[in-house]
Parts: sequence; C-alpha cells; structure tokens
Amino acid sequence: MKKVLKLEYLGCANCAAKMERAINKIDGVNSATVNFITQKLIVESEEQGFEDIIKSIQKVIKKIEPACTIKM
Amino acid sequence: MEVNLSKAKKTIIRIGIGSVVFVAALIAPLSGNLNLAIFLVAYFIIGGDVLLRALRNIAHGQVFDENFLMCIATVGAFFVGQYPEGVAVMLFYQVGELFQDFAVDHSRKSIAELMDIRPDYANVKRNGELITVGPEEVSIGEIIVVKAGEKVPLDGKVIEGYSLVDTSALTGESVPREMDIGSEVLSGCINLNGVLTIQVAKEFGESTVAKILDLVENASNKKAKAENFITKFARYYTPVVVMVAAFLAIVPPLVIPGATFSDWIYRALIFLVVSCPCALVISIPLGFFGGIGGASKSGILIKGSNYLEVLAAAEIVVFDKTGTLTKGTFKVTELHSNGISDMELLKLTAYAESYSNHPISLSLKKAYALEIDNTKITDIEEILGHGVKATVDGKTIYAGNVKLMQKIGVSYDTGDIVGTVVHVAIGDKYIGYIIISDEIKEDSAIAIEKLKMCKISKTVMLTGDSKAVGEKVASQLGLDEVYTELLPADKVAKLEELLAKKSSKGSLVFVGDGINDAPVLTRADIGIAMGGLGSDAAIEAADIVIMNDEPSKIATAIAISRKTLRIVKQNIVFALGIKAIVLLMGTFGFANMWEAVFADVGVSIIAILNSARALNVKNL
Repeated sequence: MKKVLKLEYLGCANCAAKMERAINKIDGVNSATVNFITQKLIVESEEQGFEDIIKSIQKVIKKIEPACTIKM
Repeated sequence: MEVNLSKAKKTIIRIGIGSVVFVAALIAPLSGNLNLAIFLVAYFIIGGDVLLRALRNIAHGQVFDENFLMCIATVGAFFVGQYPEGVAVMLFYQVGELFQDFAVDHSRKSIAELMDIRPDYANVKRNGELITVGPEEVSIGEIIVVKAGEKVPLDGKVIEGYSLVDTSALTGESVPREMDIGSEVLSGCINLNGVLTIQVAKEFGESTVAKILDLVENASNKKAKAENFITKFARYYTPVVVMVAAFLAIVPPLVIPGATFSDWIYRALIFLVVSCPCALVISIPLGFFGGIGGASKSGILIKGSNYLEVLAAAEIVVFDKTGTLTKGTFKVTELHSNGISDMELLKLTAYAESYSNHPISLSLKKAYALEIDNTKITDIEEILGHGVKATVDGKTIYAGNVKLMQKIGVSYDTGDIVGTVVHVAIGDKYIGYIIISDEIKEDSAIAIEKLKMCKISKTVMLTGDSKAVGEKVASQLGLDEVYTELLPADKVAKLEELLAKKSSKGSLVFVGDGINDAPVLTRADIGIAMGGLGSDAAIEAADIVIMNDEPSKIATAIAISRKTLRIVKQNIVFALGIKAIVLLMGTFGFANMWEAVFADVGVSIIAILNSARALNVKNL
C-alpha cells in the first residue's frame, strides 16, 4: 500500500537524500521517495506491520535530521 | 510556516545581540583571557545552537554533518589564536543559513502561489437555500451556483445561465470560452460575467483542478538524472573532502620542512567548511520544480522532472494527423459543379444526405446551413460502401463515391482531387463533386515553424489517411517527412524505424490525442497528448499533457525544458566550480575562512535564487 506522509522542518536537501536511502533499507518497505520541495515522504510497503515501519522511519529521520518530524 | 517565522525571528534577535557583543569585543582594548572571554561570549550567543546541534547529532550517531564541521572549523580558529575570525565565520555562516532558509521558503511559496488555482468554496443549493461549503463537501448531482468573478469549484454541466469563463489557470489561454446551457465547465476556471448554475459531475477529488494540482506536486517525485547524479555525488564528496582535510592537517606539517601545524590545520579547516554539498543538492530539485510550475501556468502539464530533461534534448518530433494537427472534424472545402450552380449542387446533396448522421453528411448539412424541408425528400436508400440515393423534388439524386458513379454508369471528374469526395448525379447526368476535408488547425503551421526555429532536426507526420491527403497536409505545413496509409500497428513499427535513426543524445517526441495512440505514446521517448481539457484519457496516457488544442505549445514546452535544464547546469557548474577553486586556493594557503563560508553558504543562496528563474516562462 502507498502512503503519503508530510514532513515538518525538512531543511537540508542532502539530509532528505540520506533519509530516502535509509528508509528504502527498512524491512518491509518496497520503495520510498522523499521530495524535498513538497516536504513529502511517499512510502510503498506491506500492509502488515505498517505501525512498526512508521516507528523505524521516525527513528531514521531523528538520526539524520533531529529537528525533522512526521506530521501525523 | 508561521512557526518557522517566529523561529527565524528568535534567531535574528540572537544573532543581533551576538553581533553587538562581537563588535564590542573588537573595539574594546582588552587583552589576554578577558579578550578571549568576550569573544567566547559573542561566539556562544551566535553559534551556541550550532554547537548543541552538533553534539546532539553525534549522540544520534550522525557525526559528519554541517554543524559538526562548522564547529570544528571555528573552534579550530579559536585554538590557533584567531578569535575574531572564529566568531566572524560563525556569524557569516548563521546569517547565510538564515538567508538559505528564506530562499527555499520563498521558492516554495512562489511555486505554491503559481499553483493557487485551488477553489476555496462552493455555493451549493440545498433545501431551497444557497449555502457556502468547502468544495470537498459537495456530492455528484448537486446544484452549485457560480457568480461573476468566482472560481468554478467543481467539474459539471451548465443547466442555467450564459457566461464567458477564463480558462487560463488550466490552459494558459487568455481567450475566454463561452458557456451556455449544456456546456461542460471545468473546475479552476474563473466565471467572468454571468451567473452559472451547474450540476456537479465529479467530486472534488476527481475534479480537473485537483488532478492538475496532484500531478504538478507529484511531478517532482520522479527525479531527473541530474538530481540523482548530484545526490550520488554528494555522498562521495563529503567523505572525500573530509579525508583530504585530515590528510592536510597531519601530513604536510610532518613532511614539508618549515610547514607549521597551525598553518595546515587552518587549511584543513577550510576544507571542512567547504565540504558540505548542500548548495547543489537544494538548488537542483528547486530548479526542476520551478520549471514544472511555470509550464503548468502555460497550460502544459509535465508529469515528472525526468521528462523535462528528456524533452530538452528533443531532436525528432512525430505528429499524429487527425485530431492533433487537424481538427478531426469534416468541413466542405470545395464545390465543383457541372451544369448547375454551386449552391444548387450543395442543396441537392445536403437534402440527399439529410437523414444520415455520418460526419460527412453532417458537414454537408452544416455547409448548406438553411433548413431542410423534409417534405421534398422521398425514397431515401443507403447503398453501403457507395453512398446514398434519394428523390428530392421529384428528381433522383445520387451522392457518393466513385464506386456509386461507376455503378450507375455516370462518368465523373477524375481530376487531381485530394480529400474525401462526394460525387453527385441527377439521374444519369453528372452534376459535379464536393470536396470535404479535415480542417487543419489554425496554429499547426506556426507550430511546425516554431519547432524548426527550436532547431528540431526532423518533423514527421504519421497518418492512416490516404497518401494524397497526407502528403497535401504535410506540404501545407512544411513537415520534413510524412508516412501515410498506416494501420495502428504500422505506426508503432514506423516509430521504431525513426528511433533507430536518431542520434544517441537526442530524444524522439510523439504527439497525439491520447485516445488511440497509447502504444505509440509509450514507445516514444516522450509522449505528448493534446486536448487534456476534459480528456482524462489524454492525461493518463502521456508524459506531458497540453491542456488545450494548440500544437504550437509543444515548442513552448521545449523552450521551458531547455531553459530549466540550462539553469540547473549553471548551478552545478557554478557550485562545483567555486568549491573547487576555494579548495585549491585553500590548499596552497591563498584562501581563508571567509571564502570557505562563501563557497558553502553564499554559493547555496545564489544557486537557489537562480533556480527561481525557472518559474519565469514569459516570452518563451
């Protein structure tokens, strides 16, 4: 399933690229795109365990750009 | 956005105070530890947050980021005794970062403004009252009213009223369109002068305006090759530069006689400051997004940043004929009567064909324009594959193709006729022929001319029409090549042939109406569909959609894509160039921290502002 998440305080385009790469490596994520301009994260993943995937994504984001969060 | 603003204000105040302390430190004739102390105070006020962020990031496992590098660079400056420089560089950096944030914000806002075609409300009739609600709250079938000056909020059909609407938000066209009872009106149009009562046909999520906004927003998800290249480059750039910095800090002082650690550490610090690739990584997608936004303003929907790139390299443009270069409707273009007046020929033929709904018959009736008196027509017989036979005013009229004429034994004009021909006879007497053509669009010739001015090396037309018709149209428009009498499968084969002949760097563009060109649109490097206004099929099928019917917009699209790519390339060359120069100068001791910070933040700001130029699509 495809989910579009809005990111807040995404200030560095390089970080956006790092996040994209890291999120793509998360288990269960089929593909992820981070759009720096629109500040959106598009994730395509399995339906099951989506909650866990979100948690992993949040961890990844926090690690790369601590000020950035997912707007739920 | 409001939160960012207050955050920015706090930062500005903090930097302001810090600067005051800094100036005081510079002026005050202090020495020794007191001197150091006051500079440190200024430093912490200005750059304290950077230090904190660096520490926090390291705690999260992210060591080598901008914050950390800036800290090392400025702390390093303090260590080698350059207190003012340490503070000044941090100040310069912070101010630069602030400008950078503003510039990105400004670009994002400009694009959002450009795309502000979203309607905010709808006046819907419920329970006899007109209430104002959000457009998403209106269901299919409900009645809405759009007053003069208001934006049409949803797609629908006009059930009452007459007005002119401005479609420029969707098509980039300045000429208003007429809306009458029964007209289909699209969301995003601005109602100009009359009140329109509309029955809603699509929900807001499915409306034209929502689809366009969605497409434009998501277009930047499809990244261009240039973007991917820069991202990949950035991955290697930072570690390499940091390693070289480490090398510079340690090796030359040990190896070169007379070289001091403080000198070379300073140079290494310059490397660290220039090691952030942010300028590049930010400005590239901004540039492409600007191009997409600007194109959308001109009524050209580009569905991905990558398509902009490919379009800029367009070398061959292949057109479908019917519906793309021609209107796809039939019109009487020539009357050649024999023994009677032209008007009489037209009248008799129109009467004979009056009961048919074939496009040819319709065009005859339209050309005749006067009312048809049905009492005069008797005995209509349709002869399949040949034409029609009817008794009009007591006379037997035969109207049809050459086979019909041959069948009734009437000799006909065989001249150099190009187009669909209706031969007409009364009894066994030939009274002439009428030519019906598919009208060429008014701006097709200009479209081809503009493409040639764009230095497109080949313009080609593919059609299923007869050789005579196809070649006539091609010569009228000035096309380089034309291939006629093609079946749908032949079109794909022809495209493959053309693809094989083009150069490796150029791309092949196919332009069609999206309805029955799907395979060809997919096979081409870029598929452009025309007439996106009201055609979901067109929007779905192609990579680029031209909202109205004008083929001349193709040249505009190519111009926009070339300008965008030029700006992106300028940014890449500029940013990399400056960084390389500063790194080189730094290695040999000809650069200081100021140049390093400029190469980082200053370059970034310039690149971002340059990217904003991609939004400007006037005069293209």
